[in-house]
Amino acid sequence: MSRFAKAQRVKKPVTFETFAPYFYIIPSLFLFILFVFYPFANTIYLSGTLTGPTGQAIKWIGLDHYRNILNSKDFWFSLEVTLKYAGMVVAGSIVMGLVCALVANEYFFGRSIVRTVYAMPMAISSACIAVIATFILNPTMGILNMFLGTHTRWLRDIKYALPSIAVVTIWMNIGLNYIFIIAALQGVDKSLYEAGDIDGTNFFQKHWYITFPSISPTLFFLLVINVINSFQSYAQIRLMTQGGPGKFTRVIVYAIYLEAFENSRYGSAAAMSVILFLIMFLLTAIQFRIEKKVTYS
Amino acid sequence: MKKSKGSQIIFAILGFFLAAVILSPLIYCLSTSFMTEQEIYASKLVPSRIGLDNYRSALRVAPIFRFILNSTIVACTCTFMQLLTGALAGYAFGSLKFRGRKVLFYLILATMMIPGNAIIIANYLTMAKLQALDSYRALILPYMTSAFCIFNMRQAFLSLPSDLQEAATIDGCNSLQFFVRVGLPLTLPSLGALGIYTFLQIWNQYLWPLLVTNTINLRTVQIGIGMLQNADSVAYGPIMAGTTMVLIPSILVFVLGQKSLISGLTAGAVKG
Repeated sequence: MSRFAKAQRVKKPVTFETFAPYFYIIPSLFLFILFVFYPFANTIYLSGTLTGPTGQAIKWIGLDHYRNILNSKDFWFSLEVTLKYAGMVVAGSIVMGLVCALVANEYFFGRSIVRTVYAMPMAISSACIAVIATFILNPTMGILNMFLGTHTRWLRDIKYALPSIAVVTIWMNIGLNYIFIIAALQGVDKSLYEAGDIDGTNFFQKHWYITFPSISPTLFFLLVINVINSFQSYAQIRLMTQGGPGKFTRVIVYAIYLEAFENSRYGSAAAMSVILFLIMFLLTAIQFRIEKKVTYS
Repeated sequence: MKKSKGSQIIFAILGFFLAAVILSPLIYCLSTSFMTEQEIYASKLVPSRIGLDNYRSALRVAPIFRFILNSTIVACTCTFMQLLTGALAGYAFGSLKFRGRKVLFYLILATMMIPGNAIIIANYLTMAKLQALDSYRALILPYMTSAFCIFNMRQAFLSLPSDLQEAATIDGCNSLQFFVRVGLPLTLPSLGALGIYTFLQIWNQYLWPLLVTNTINLRTVQIGIGMLQNADSVAYGPIMAGTTMVLIPSILVFVLGQKSLISGLTAGAVKG
């Protein structure tokens, strides 16, 4: 009884409600610790060790893996491949999403069907579209060569293999880019357009001077998302080229996979993962820097 | 806004042309799945008849229905768990006040910065150590919660009027009762959008199921169609038939849920 009275006197009595919020968070937090924070720490630890065939740490070797990776031509080449690929994918995805959104934002008959189709690629898995694309690009049976009247071996040619995969990835990304851009377009202040109409702006002037500045936060958000996603592509590369011809489509994630699961060199693969993380972190930080400059100048 | 007939026609042509370009690989896949081998070799665009032979041989080469069952089990379980853990945590962060709320929230947001592929090896080794490889557990466990879900559910709970919770407290409702009776029904649109999004994400996963499953009976659909391709790289008919069967569930989920999916996904991001 006296304890109850005491609890009443202090501001907040300790009840179920005091601890309840923590109970609601614990399931998520526990899973994050087990499958995000612990593996992240473990990756950093493994990157400094020599590992056995099942991934157990055998010997601490400090920064040796990093030294080897940074000295290897293969790593720099795969970084170059990744950057080229990401550049094509990011630019292509945003441009295609933008074009689709600008068209779908105009009024015409059958627009709702078109809108569904533009968003649809986000429901299609990379494995499915990669398998279909491999068939379309097949040198002998594929329809692309038939249409073009060529005999190009798209996925075996060092000139065409990476752009081919990039085009497939751009197709996959259209849906997500489209829905974010069209949502932003619908949020643009209508009175700006009315003012533009009075001044007699045409379609291109209207979008250049009014639309793009208004939706630039969304475009920036998509830039960040697309960069992060493009650095993580894996399925389409495995299914279309297996990193070939030679090493011309071996992006970093694919190289990490090979190092870990083909060569069983988990330590070195972990070091490459840490480097991948640092590169992505750096790129994101740079993008935020640029955004600040753009908006505050 | 009034628009001239001429510009309407131009945009209609442009709009349908882009739609046709986007749809063409999918339609071509469906069309090829009905063709005979000769028609495929001749690079035909349309089959002469609707033949189901390719579907039969696809099902003979790989247990596709088993793959679909596996993917359904995994995707449904993960989606349910992500919504449950996400709604609970989102409720706590959005509607309740407690010590360490900010720190814990940022800690969870920070997980978005860690790319999944950078920790996938360590997660694989964890599963190997737990002797959980080649099981549903391995497929499901790491994907039972997501920062994306928590963040979006927090936004949903933040947008509820705050006097709702006060009124419920006065009526003698504890936070769990409020969550179940008031919170969940009112955040149903967000739950729906996140559910569809999560389901598609898990259904379409590739690298993780590839790593943690070995036996054919545990393979998911995405790995399954890759197997079809490896089994006999020339037989594109069965491959396209298998791909069509795998595509149908995800397209169905998308078409049925697209309205709530699109409005739900973009609601949080565009405001900023």
